[in-house]
Amino acid sequence: MASGSSSIGIGGLFENAEVTTSGRPVLRRNEVECFLLSSVDIDSEDDPPRFTALRSGNLILTTHRLIWIPSQSNGAVPSSVPLAAVTHIYSHKKSIKSMFHSPRIRFQANPGSIVVTIVFRGKGDFDEFLTKLWECWRGRAWEEEEKSESETSRSGSGTVAQGLYGNDGTVRMVGLAGILRKEQEQWESTDKSLQDAFQDLNALMSKAKEMVSLAEKMRQKLLSAPSSQNGSTDDEEMGSKEEMQQWMLSVGIISPVTKESAGALYHQELSRQLADFVRIPLEQAGGMISLTDMYYHFNRARGTELISPDDLWQACTLWEKFDVPVMLRKFDSGVMVIQNKSHSDEEVMSRIRMLVTKTETLKVGVTASDAALTLKIAPAMAKEHLLTAETKGLLCRDMSPDGLRFYFNLFPEIDPTNIHIVKDFGTYGEWIKATSLLSV
Amino acid sequence: MQKLADFKLPQFFNYPPYFTLQPVRDTREKQIQLWKELILDYCKSQKIFLIGVEEDFPLFSNSAIDRSLSHEARETFLSAIVGEGRAEWLDKGHRKCLVLWHRIQDWADIILQFVRDNGLEDSVMTVEEIRSGTESLGTELQGIDRTILMRALKLLENKGKLALFKGTSADDEGVKFSV
Repeated sequence: MASGSSSIGIGGLFENAEVTTSGRPVLRRNEVECFLLSSVDIDSEDDPPRFTALRSGNLILTTHRLIWIPSQSNGAVPSSVPLAAVTHIYSHKKSIKSMFHSPRIRFQANPGSIVVTIVFRGKGDFDEFLTKLWECWRGRAWEEEEKSESETSRSGSGTVAQGLYGNDGTVRMVGLAGILRKEQEQWESTDKSLQDAFQDLNALMSKAKEMVSLAEKMRQKLLSAPSSQNGSTDDEEMGSKEEMQQWMLSVGIISPVTKESAGALYHQELSRQLADFVRIPLEQAGGMISLTDMYYHFNRARGTELISPDDLWQACTLWEKFDVPVMLRKFDSGVMVIQNKSHSDEEVMSRIRMLVTKTETLKVGVTASDAALTLKIAPAMAKEHLLTAETKGLLCRDMSPDGLRFYFNLFPEIDPTNIHIVKDFGTYGEWIKATSLLSV
Repeated sequence: MQKLADFKLPQFFNYPPYFTLQPVRDTREKQIQLWKELILDYCKSQKIFLIGVEEDFPLFSNSAIDRSLSHEARETFLSAIVGEGRAEWLDKGHRKCLVLWHRIQDWADIILQFVRDNGLEDSVMTVEEIRSGTESLGTELQGIDRTILMRALKLLENKGKLALFKGTSADDEGVKFSV
């Protein structure tokens, strides 16, 4: 039990409750939080009152205690009452009178049989709280600890482990009680790590606020500086302005004067870095890679300092200004890809042509996945290529319940004025051979 | 190659893309041409004058390759034929199409030739006789669609080659030739 005499209760009914720097209660081993209500007062029923009332705080019910934490720093001290000290909880009778008052709970606690009233002035679920209070009080979680503590102190050789606790005092995971216990422990450890995380998050948030206000100040300074129009005095200003930008980039803040300068330095640097990086994934992908795939690769490689999709796209568009061997390309369908400048459409077209004029594919055509496998490129890329080939007249499509397939385009080879004639040369003849050979 | 009744189908009838309306303009133009020729050839050989877009017109599907033309495709191809003057839509909803594998003018010429061949220059005949009488047996006029026949006759009437008159009953329309 925590030490610390209370100046509130007689003989120490209330104890000082330990709280963290952000005002969360420090729970003890195996103690689990069950409920939280705000705007709670704790009053003494006796007249004259046997302890100073606690006004306007958060009441936290745990498996072991009732903890009261003041919501404002009004000099009140976080306090707690162990549930073990509660001797009696008065039943809550609903009456006409109680409908107009704030709900309240009365209980009696030792030492001294002090009657305590908890008044709930807030909007929480009072009934739920009451139910949980009974549960926790009846649950007597503190007794199990005492039991396990006393058991370990016994010399346990020879005694058979009975009940929930083994000879060494650790909880045995047996039966339904064991399962529940295990779940309870897992829940408690999750709760603990969540608490830790929240503490970190709070610290981060306060730092972030500082950073944002700093960035704002910088931004104001840069924007209010006059733009370069006249004379040599402005060169100095321009110099310091650039310095400012560099400095801000180095702390990861994007330049606010992007629109005024010729492409923010951030994007230029990123653009160069990207052009270097892109080389290997591009090779692996067969010369063409979608913008989304590149986004994934690049950010994965960076680890931290991730870039946004917009940054990536801007960086790619800047390539036009530099002499890099890669380019951004947009298909009719809207799909954007990065490809090597040397990677020509002609090359892909000829590979597709070779694929679709094979005997088997003449007969059955190709799907995007077939093409992807043969050409060793991503299926989405393969589809784009097939569509491009269709637009160029190399392929035509076949839509059926089986899906979309592409065939070598025979239409130009067929003479509409003489529909039964098949020319001696040409793929039409090949197709006819293929279909008669392979059909049953 | 396959046959539909006694009609020899061209090889490309088994080419699956033939049954998918092509999105690329140039390819579609070629496809339309092939369908036009096929439909007209087939209708001529089978003496089919009417095509119902939603009905089971044999050319519209090929069970051998498990493909059939979508409604949109059928309408597109038939409309192309209408556009060339070789067919007419009989309703605004484009559900029925009158196929003119001979143009009306051609039919008119055929009728004139028929009249000369049979020495009917000044005679009288019923309209029905023209399409189902003994003289027309084995000729192109046999079984000609009534609508088309009437249009051709009207055309000739306007040219003063004949006169149409009503008979005693509704089906008893007659023609007096003055070729």
